[in-house]
Amino acid sequence: MVSLKDRDIISFRDFTKEEILYILSLSKEMEEKAHPDLLKGKVLATLFFEPSTRTRMSFESAMKLMGGEVIGFVDPGATSIAKGESLRDTVKIVAGYASAIVVRHFLDGAARLVADTVGIPVINAGDGSNQHPTQTFLDLYTIHKTKGTLDDLAIGFIGDLKYGRTVHSLAYALAHFRSYMYFISPPSLRMPPDLLKELSERGVKFQEITSLEEVSDRLDVLYCTRIQKERFADPIEYGKVKGSYHLSKATLDRSKVKKTLKILHPLPRVDEMDESLDETPYAVYFQQAHSGIPVREAILASVLGVKELD
Amino acid sequence: MDVRQLQVSAIKNGTVIDHIESKNTFKVANILHIEDEHQLVLVGVNLTSGNLGKKGLIKIEGKNLTQDEANKIALIAPDATLNIIKDYEVIEKKKVSLQDELIGIVKCFNPNCISNHEKVRTRFYVERKDLPRLRCHYCERAMEREDIELL
Repeated sequence: MVSLKDRDIISFRDFTKEEILYILSLSKEMEEKAHPDLLKGKVLATLFFEPSTRTRMSFESAMKLMGGEVIGFVDPGATSIAKGESLRDTVKIVAGYASAIVVRHFLDGAARLVADTVGIPVINAGDGSNQHPTQTFLDLYTIHKTKGTLDDLAIGFIGDLKYGRTVHSLAYALAHFRSYMYFISPPSLRMPPDLLKELSERGVKFQEITSLEEVSDRLDVLYCTRIQKERFADPIEYGKVKGSYHLSKATLDRSKVKKTLKILHPLPRVDEMDESLDETPYAVYFQQAHSGIPVREAILASVLGVKELD
Repeated sequence: MDVRQLQVSAIKNGTVIDHIESKNTFKVANILHIEDEHQLVLVGVNLTSGNLGKKGLIKIEGKNLTQDEANKIALIAPDATLNIIKDYEVIEKKKVSLQDELIGIVKCFNPNCISNHEKVRTRFYVERKDLPRLRCHYCERAMEREDIELL
């Protein structure tokens, strides 16, 4: 039997295919039925060292919908961190106040360090450009829900593939499901070479290209990401790639995509995806964002050990 | 006496690190802090070797390598062999070998890794031993041999 009780949710490297499918099944159950008292008496600490809207609010909402409480901060400037306290000291204290911690941090590996430091479950809500596993669970949930399967799909990733942690997590997870991956990006924002090498060693078939048109008629799913201004040290470098891609209803109509194509985006979007797409059957990104609630309910309930599959 | 044996003198008790890629000999010498040794230390470079063409060799009287030193040598000179000498005789000969996990001896090459910002001992998983590849426990990036910087 699969159980994730007391587990940390840090990286897709930590999960078997069976455990991934378990979270997705539990998410479906959470979506179909309310569990208002499931986490009564539990407290979630949300520590956001980087801005967040959807992730933080959906965690808070998920916790409250299951009867739990939420504490935390969104502005580390107003905490002891501003006085020079180390991350480890901060979280050791917080661990005494909460049943689980959700942490987002601008440095790669910060969530793993937090998990190593405290004895309660830690959930990574994004660590630098490394991983964003709860986003990936809801991406997988949305793909499964809208395509009916996760197996053997042709998936295009477009945008900032170098710094985009949601892309890194999702590509790693989809390697379990025999996906064919197309990595579409400007040359300076390609997937990290060590990740590509790893995908290759895991038997993933992929191609790196610079234009969507080359493969648009083959795609089952297109995963679009924002070029992240905040990850560029040099504004000139950002200026060179910003606006590299602009998807609109007109561009998709022209490029003969499959009628069944689904477009996902972790949001927020800037100018890479036109609002004209929103009303097309391709767009599932708002549905994707709403899946954040049942998926995060499933993750919280399973690491806190109160829910196993019926 | 065989002329080849005269290239570097023998030690009585201690360790001989042999089959170092010649150009890496002084890196290995740095790892071992030979400048702090009080007994005999012999360093040879560009010695003739069947397999390597030219090899380096270090002999240190009275030296037993620590596990950290052995791991560091395995990263810099994966082909090196260690000879333990007692009374001028080789009593043990082994190839250097990396442990599966390296703690506190390598710096992460990723400037955004938390291990370069918080006071924490670095930790790497050895994914490949012959041509070393290390994966950071924290940021999960993989380092190839050319990226490896010792602490």
